[in-house]
Amino acid sequence: MPNDQSTPGIVAGRLSADQIARNFGDLHPPLDDHEARVAADRCYFCHDAPCMTACPTSIDIPLFIRQIATGTAESAARTIFEQNILGGMCARVCPTETLCEEACVRNDAECQPVQIGRLQRYATDKLMAKDKHPFTRATATGKRVAVVGAGPAGLACAHRLAMKGHDVTIFDGRTKGGGLNEFGIAAYKAPGNFAQAELDWLLGIGGISVEYGKRLGDGLSLDHLQKGHDAVFLGIGLAGVNALAVNGSHDGLAAAVDWIAALRQSGGKTDVAVGRDVVVIGGGMTAIDAAVQARLLGAETVTIAYRRDKAAMAASEFEQDLATSKGVRILYNVAPKSLGKDGITLARTATRGGKLVETGETLTLPADQILRAIGQTLEGAPGVLKIDGGKIAVDASGRTSVTGVWAGGDCATGGEDLTVTAVAEGRDAAEDIHISLTGGV
Amino acid sequence: MADLRSEFAGIKSPNPFWLASAPPTDKEYNVRRAYEAGWGGVVWKTLGEAGPPVVNVSGPRYGAIWGADRRLLGLNNIELITDRPLEVNLREIKQVKRDYPDRALVVSLMVPCEEEPWKNILKAVEETEADGVELNFGCPHGMAERGMGSAVGQVPEYIEMVTRWVKQHSRMPCIVKLTPNITNILYPAEAAKRGGADAVSLINTINSITSVNLDTFTPEPTIDGLGAHGGYCGPAVKPIALNMVAEIARSANTAGLPISGIGGITTWRDAAEFMALGAGNVQVCTAAMTYGFKVVQEMISGLSQWMDEHGIASVDEVVGRAVPKVKDWKDLNLNYVTKAVIDEDLCIKCGRCYAACEDTSHQAIEMGEDRTFRVKDEECVACNLCVNVCPVESCITMKELPLGAVDPRTGRKVEPYANWTTHPNNTAAVQG
Repeated sequence: MPNDQSTPGIVAGRLSADQIARNFGDLHPPLDDHEARVAADRCYFCHDAPCMTACPTSIDIPLFIRQIATGTAESAARTIFEQNILGGMCARVCPTETLCEEACVRNDAECQPVQIGRLQRYATDKLMAKDKHPFTRATATGKRVAVVGAGPAGLACAHRLAMKGHDVTIFDGRTKGGGLNEFGIAAYKAPGNFAQAELDWLLGIGGISVEYGKRLGDGLSLDHLQKGHDAVFLGIGLAGVNALAVNGSHDGLAAAVDWIAALRQSGGKTDVAVGRDVVVIGGGMTAIDAAVQARLLGAETVTIAYRRDKAAMAASEFEQDLATSKGVRILYNVAPKSLGKDGITLARTATRGGKLVETGETLTLPADQILRAIGQTLEGAPGVLKIDGGKIAVDASGRTSVTGVWAGGDCATGGEDLTVTAVAEGRDAAEDIHISLTGGV
Repeated sequence: MADLRSEFAGIKSPNPFWLASAPPTDKEYNVRRAYEAGWGGVVWKTLGEAGPPVVNVSGPRYGAIWGADRRLLGLNNIELITDRPLEVNLREIKQVKRDYPDRALVVSLMVPCEEEPWKNILKAVEETEADGVELNFGCPHGMAERGMGSAVGQVPEYIEMVTRWVKQHSRMPCIVKLTPNITNILYPAEAAKRGGADAVSLINTINSITSVNLDTFTPEPTIDGLGAHGGYCGPAVKPIALNMVAEIARSANTAGLPISGIGGITTWRDAAEFMALGAGNVQVCTAAMTYGFKVVQEMISGLSQWMDEHGIASVDEVVGRAVPKVKDWKDLNLNYVTKAVIDEDLCIKCGRCYAACEDTSHQAIEMGEDRTFRVKDEECVACNLCVNVCPVESCITMKELPLGAVDPRTGRKVEPYANWTTHPNNTAAVQG
């Protein structure tokens, strides 16, 4: 008998292949030409536009929307890519509701921002479909730069350096590039193998070689990299996962990031096992992504258990609403207390005098799968680097405490842990590396 | 409820909304639908001489420009006068008029500038018992190349001559339709009056090329790789038409000559504006071509509501009400001072007023740290550009300085009315 939503345990195939395919389709379908024109018409072309200020990569949003409105989406895409070479992915995964679209003056005018994210996707899709890389390299400088990590920060850094004429080698510990774009973010945000397509397109600039299966401390050392290169950029992300410090054990306990990574690598998703009753511990984007995708795979009940209140949740209100719209239940003010054979016991919490305390009340949820999404940690950072608050300490240009070594993205201090922030940091580090290698020429 | 009944140049209609002579009024089928939808009158699409009918292009006849969301703002056409046989049109006109006796039915005419053709066609039209004729001296494309339409309307002497023939050979009210493709609308209007016209109607369409196809380098609309100028109409031409209507209404030589207002009338409000500037009724085309005949229902209800709200009992009370307020520039009060005021509660902080003023005007708006925008009275010349570019209605308004107040820009007190004719800088001024 085939599995269905009520099948106990952690099993695959709770829904039909068709249903799963539909569930994992585009969260926001692309705009067609007419929709894009209508959406673009709503932009007021603000002076010193607030949306542009809100964008970590400072894309000239009014300009690119005007370029769309006047029928030159390819020019619009150039405007985007000049600031953010991963503008295609950012158009899909940025929490625009807390960035550009939150700042849009149309919110004041009619509580409905210009659809900046979708317009950005419209433009970038058009140009990327041309199959010709839009940028060309400057004259070769003969300088060599090592980039560790093929995630958003590393790719943005590598592309900018290659454009400036430097030769770049990217090292990545996995067998595929893209970092969290490939292994982390929710599948329905970038379907159609977009992360790999974008990576291939980005490498079209030339001058970048990628070596997979190489990570720091495992066949790669900072010392060695520095000797063989004129500069090193670290975009190694947060590879460690926080453990759940509670009593008891549960066979279905796993790290949400690992479960999501496996899910992302599955083509049809019909082979991805999911529990009947799933509990996700955490309050960030990873928790939302895990919970929503568990529901999309057919889990009968999915509960996010978050120890603080709604306002404190790192996931945006939009993301919380998305989760509940997919049938995820979010419990606030509950902290994991103990694990049992068939479930998890949570302690109710409250904030008293600025401190989170247990109220003494508990509840037990049945669970055959428990996904912990309580944060990632820096792992594999070279010991010589100064660490600040669990991250590699960098200045505004991405310089670490070691001369000749830069860092950016989630592994480094500064900014939110977002794709778009990583891109900005990688790009800015590249600009600084370029200045230091060429004396600003 | 306001009385919308209208009598224009002796022609009665249940409301002042007529369909202009154009594609929507080319045949019985359309005209019946128009009357059923509520139109007060129709000017039948222009008839030409008996004989082989006019031939139209079979490629695109229209070009357009659009605003946001492809809202049609301007339409251009290269369609000629009716391409159906004269006798068919006459038969249908007679039938329709008999079935809709309470609606106005005026027949538009265009024949060569010779007395005989005009005499012949007038006789034929009279037999239909139509309410009147409109002389098409306006169409700027195609027929003008053959010495008709705007080619006549651009020569006041011809207008006068043909109008006189029409009045000699017909008892029907005669409306002369004017072309805007002239330098001064008063000359053709005066000529029509001299010829004995009962009324004028304006504006006909404006010479235009709507766009150029940048792949083929051809003007739009394109017929097999070539294009010709067409007649422009729709909302975009309304300001031009309003001015021409007002010029005729306020000129001593033409004052009192009934005017049928035409040009981009899309809503009841547009119609009311034309009437306030002297139009006795209005004619509509592009709005119907864009949205269908049903738009007249909004025009009727809107005009009624507005008239009721303003205690206006009949349309005659609207006609010409704004005419005394239309003056020459020299009559304007040069001592009148206003200042822009930005309502911070309504402001959505887009900064367009700032960009416009800073880049293109008088640097009279300052932008605060938190994107608050404030007018610098000492710089503001009250040009109104900020009001015009602001996307929020009533967010920026103009506040009048009272008599005696000091204008921070000039340091001078606001004085009573005085215009250019007595201004000290005017070397030709009559000094008091």
